[in-house]
Amino acid sequence: MKKALVTIAIGLAASVAATAASAQATLNAVKQRGTLQCGANPSLAGFGVPDAQGNWTGLDVEFCRAISAAIFNDPNKVRFIPLSAKDRFTALQSGEIDVLVRNSTATMSRDTSLGLDFPAINYFDGQGFMVRKTLGVASAKELSGASVCTQQGTTTELNLADFFRANNLKYEVVAFATADETFKAYDAGRCDAFTTDASGLYAERLKATNPDDHIVLPEIISKEPLGPVVRHADNQWGDIVRWTHFAMLNAEELGITKANVDQMLKSDNPEIKRLLGTEGKYGEAIGLTNDWAYRIIKHVGNYGESFERNVGQGSRLKIQRGQNALWTKGGLQYGLPVR
Amino acid sequence: MNAATETLHFVRNEQVEAAPPPRLVRGPLAWMRENLFSSIPNALLTLATIYLLYVIVPPVLRFFILDAVWVGVDRDACRAETVGRPVGACWAFVADKINYFIYGSYPIPERWRVDVFFVLLAIGVAWMLWLNAPRRGLGAIYFFVVLPILSVLLLAGFKPLSLPPVQTSLWGGVLVTIVVSAVGIVFSLPFGVLLALGRRSKLPIVRLFSVVFIEFVRGVPLITVLFMANTMLPLFLSEGVTIDRLMRPLVGVALFASAYMAEVVRGGLQAMPKGQYEGAMALGLSYPRMMYFIILPQALRIVIPGIVNTFIGLFKDTTLVAIVGIFDLIRTIEASRVDPNWATPTTSLTGYAFAAVFYFLCCWGMSRYSLGVERRLAAGQKR
Amino acid sequence: MASAANQAPAKASLFYDPKVRGIFFQAILVLVIGFLFYEAITNAVSNLRAAGIASGFGFLTNPAGFDINQQLIPYSSSGSTYREAFVVGLLNTLLVAVIGIFFATILGFIVGIARLSTNWIVAKVSMVYVEIVRNLPLLLQLFFWYNAVLAPLPSPRQSINFGAGFYLNNRGLSLPKPILNDTAWLIPFAFLAGIVLTLLFRAWARRVQEATGRQYPVGLVGLGAILGLPIVIWLVLAAIGGTNPITFDIPEQQRFNLRGGMQVFPEFVALLLGLVTYTAGFIAEVVRAGILAVSRGQTEASYALGLKPSHTLRLVIVPQAMRVIIPPLTSQYLNLTKNSSLAVAIGYPDLVQVFMGTVLNQTGQAVEVVAITMAVYLTISLITSAIMNIYNRRVAIVER
Repeated sequence: MKKALVTIAIGLAASVAATAASAQATLNAVKQRGTLQCGANPSLAGFGVPDAQGNWTGLDVEFCRAISAAIFNDPNKVRFIPLSAKDRFTALQSGEIDVLVRNSTATMSRDTSLGLDFPAINYFDGQGFMVRKTLGVASAKELSGASVCTQQGTTTELNLADFFRANNLKYEVVAFATADETFKAYDAGRCDAFTTDASGLYAERLKATNPDDHIVLPEIISKEPLGPVVRHADNQWGDIVRWTHFAMLNAEELGITKANVDQMLKSDNPEIKRLLGTEGKYGEAIGLTNDWAYRIIKHVGNYGESFERNVGQGSRLKIQRGQNALWTKGGLQYGLPVR
Repeated sequence: MNAATETLHFVRNEQVEAAPPPRLVRGPLAWMRENLFSSIPNALLTLATIYLLYVIVPPVLRFFILDAVWVGVDRDACRAETVGRPVGACWAFVADKINYFIYGSYPIPERWRVDVFFVLLAIGVAWMLWLNAPRRGLGAIYFFVVLPILSVLLLAGFKPLSLPPVQTSLWGGVLVTIVVSAVGIVFSLPFGVLLALGRRSKLPIVRLFSVVFIEFVRGVPLITVLFMANTMLPLFLSEGVTIDRLMRPLVGVALFASAYMAEVVRGGLQAMPKGQYEGAMALGLSYPRMMYFIILPQALRIVIPGIVNTFIGLFKDTTLVAIVGIFDLIRTIEASRVDPNWATPTTSLTGYAFAAVFYFLCCWGMSRYSLGVERRLAAGQKR
Repeated sequence: MASAANQAPAKASLFYDPKVRGIFFQAILVLVIGFLFYEAITNAVSNLRAAGIASGFGFLTNPAGFDINQQLIPYSSSGSTYREAFVVGLLNTLLVAVIGIFFATILGFIVGIARLSTNWIVAKVSMVYVEIVRNLPLLLQLFFWYNAVLAPLPSPRQSINFGAGFYLNNRGLSLPKPILNDTAWLIPFAFLAGIVLTLLFRAWARRVQEATGRQYPVGLVGLGAILGLPIVIWLVLAAIGGTNPITFDIPEQQRFNLRGGMQVFPEFVALLLGLVTYTAGFIAEVVRAGILAVSRGQTEASYALGLKPSHTLRLVIVPQAMRVIIPPLTSQYLNLTKNSSLAVAIGYPDLVQVFMGTVLNQTGQAVEVVAITMAVYLTISLITSAIMNIYNRRVAIVER
């Protein structure tokens, strides 16, 4: 009988809990909850990593903080949920997180058959290889017969197969469940080469026993547009995420920084006025306040600042802007106009 | 009697010291001859074993103690090049990370709450395990009802008592290992008893359900159950309802442990003499009362060793939650060993050695306890 | 309800009729479970639809596009489907499980018997081994083996060369791979024939021994038949065909690695070592309990009959102990098979790693993938238990 009662109780609890939340209402849910739930990478220096006290830092992490700043005028109303490559999409699909910012590659199949949307690309990347200097290899094309360590459940694993097949090279793949295990196995000598997104290579190299023993090969074998991911159904939420990124890009283009944003409020430049909300009602159109972009820049800064601080010259990674420079400087980062 | 005979008469007043036995009957030499070199094959076996020990023991000792580094602030303390001698375990690494290993990322000012939880749990465990403890009934209520509620309030946070909430993604290390195993035992014991009763029930559907559940769970690896909990559980809930990330493996582990516990309890139920059932029925007790007052108290008592063994298995199996991304002790070690500040050839092994010592002490202690109980119960049976 | 039930009145209302109550409870149980299932399924369907995730088993025929290093059937990232990836993973699981069971049984019996040895040091060392292995999590032991196996081995350029094409390095063990010509199937066939012949000869020898007391050297004859026949066939084939029916593909040293031959990967070795040593600890306890369950009188009686200790063990104790040993031994075998799923932690491409790991991630079809994987393990478990039950019934004591 006790069992019957227990099962009834479970059933009741399940049905009571079944209060439907509409797919369109991510923003409302976030406002109601008072925090943004952000899926993040727990072990990629420069992009997302918590320290021993649980303070998160990184380019992707700051993107979440920017969304939080736009909504709450507070960059710290974010709850970071550490996710592995394997369960990141499930977490998003099930509604456990509001946005996934975990260096995820935008691909057609993910966009169409996984029920996901990629509103923006906050880091243009490509897959590369790292090898030991002692190997004497200068190009990935010389890797015939090598064994390669990679992380499973990523596009990396597929690109790797494509690259070696296309170049008619033999290789042996060793796949691990987490990035840490993968790199540790490479570091211990299990593999000749380690492959992941080029940005990840620089971040992982810092973890090597002797970082100077390893070099990154020049070949980039794939396109890895990395960006925030949201659920397919909620367009308003997708807009917020997309325009958060564009606001940061436009701010950089217009020379607005965390330091000078308050002076810029007095600017006469109509573009700046529209962006900072002193003219027009662009913020309200996406369900936020008109000073949404001001809040982002005030609390987090523009894209360039965030980049340099986390992965660029201000960080240990020292990654060049390259493809991630603004379009005005020959890069691919192009913020759509606020108009 | 004349005087001559009287003087010749000799009666020894005190005992003569017994002559020592021949050297080869007693003493260490004889012991060795009997126990180590009783025959030529035996002697060869002994020599082979001693050689094996010679190969294994000194390196282990050197690693753990002789060559170990005890203090240091970074990897330079533990690298053979900088220290200038072979380096074994780098205990300085463990010392540096010990708080992370115990509490994970639990906020530092709130860590006293974890300590209180450990103490509360220790009280509950001692109360349950000490067979002669006073008021064990109360202990059971404390362990299965009060303790879980208190722990949740304490660890997750409770506003009215001004305990700020701490999200479970910050929990880690030994704390999570203990929470997972504690939830496993607290949930699996009652649910396992229900399943065992269900399996022996006369009601066909109840029996069928219990058998299917038990055999299904026992037929699949825990890791698949955890994967299922991680990836499928969210799909089965209605939209907008989510389960905490720590909660999912907890559900998986609890269900998994219940099936195994059910089989242990069933063994106890089957071992009950039929007379106990008949006696209870003759007294007119209803089924629940018969079970509650007569059968279960006896049946559970004889399966205590089995329960403890299941729990040891459960405790070891909690390490699998590391694979689905929960920061238990193993996962915190995995995360720490890639720390470039401590990158040395022995860092990984040191971390594993630390975990090994922790798990061994816990499991070995529990298995000693279960052996003790077994002996005590056996003594009662022999009477 | 429960408090009123114990009065068991003669003229009970329907409410107190145990049969009615039984049906009532079961109806509730069915309803509740049915409701839970209904909820779960409708939720899953609507969630999947809302998220736009594909469902069904059609994905199995899609191209896989990723590589797997250890493959027992031909498999490549181009052209192979998810179904083939599934088969590769399944075969890898079965491979490590079968080999693991074989060695774990041997080691387990040795340690179990050693624990009861009169030799003090042997008994103690076995005990320490069992205590250590049983009281540490398998995952930790796997990590240990993976690091311990991998770390001390040299890089491929400094491979340890055992000669005859055997090389050892931190990419594993390379060994010559036999390549069979079209007639070469006769050689394994001869091997099997040798085994059959040996079994027949043994049965005949036993019958003769029972009738006349004459003994035949079954062991020697068996060895001759099992090894000799294939060699004879080989020589005959080589003589007829003029070429060697089996050639070897010998590994050669190349820039990074050895090319050709067969390779045993360190992940496989680590997993196998971990599973064997771990399970052997449990099997040892099973064996010890089984032997202790045979009464002391049996040993004494066989000594009194003049049997040597080794014969006593082999002919008197073990056969009787087997009855006690078989059921728990079966569950240890199943445990080993299930535990092989921990391969995912050290990168051995077993079923869980390949299918529940990579395939699940590439397709996103969690429900189907998890269901298939669980069904596989369940099937293995049920088949093994069924076989063991049959065997158990055969060796059970016939009660008089």
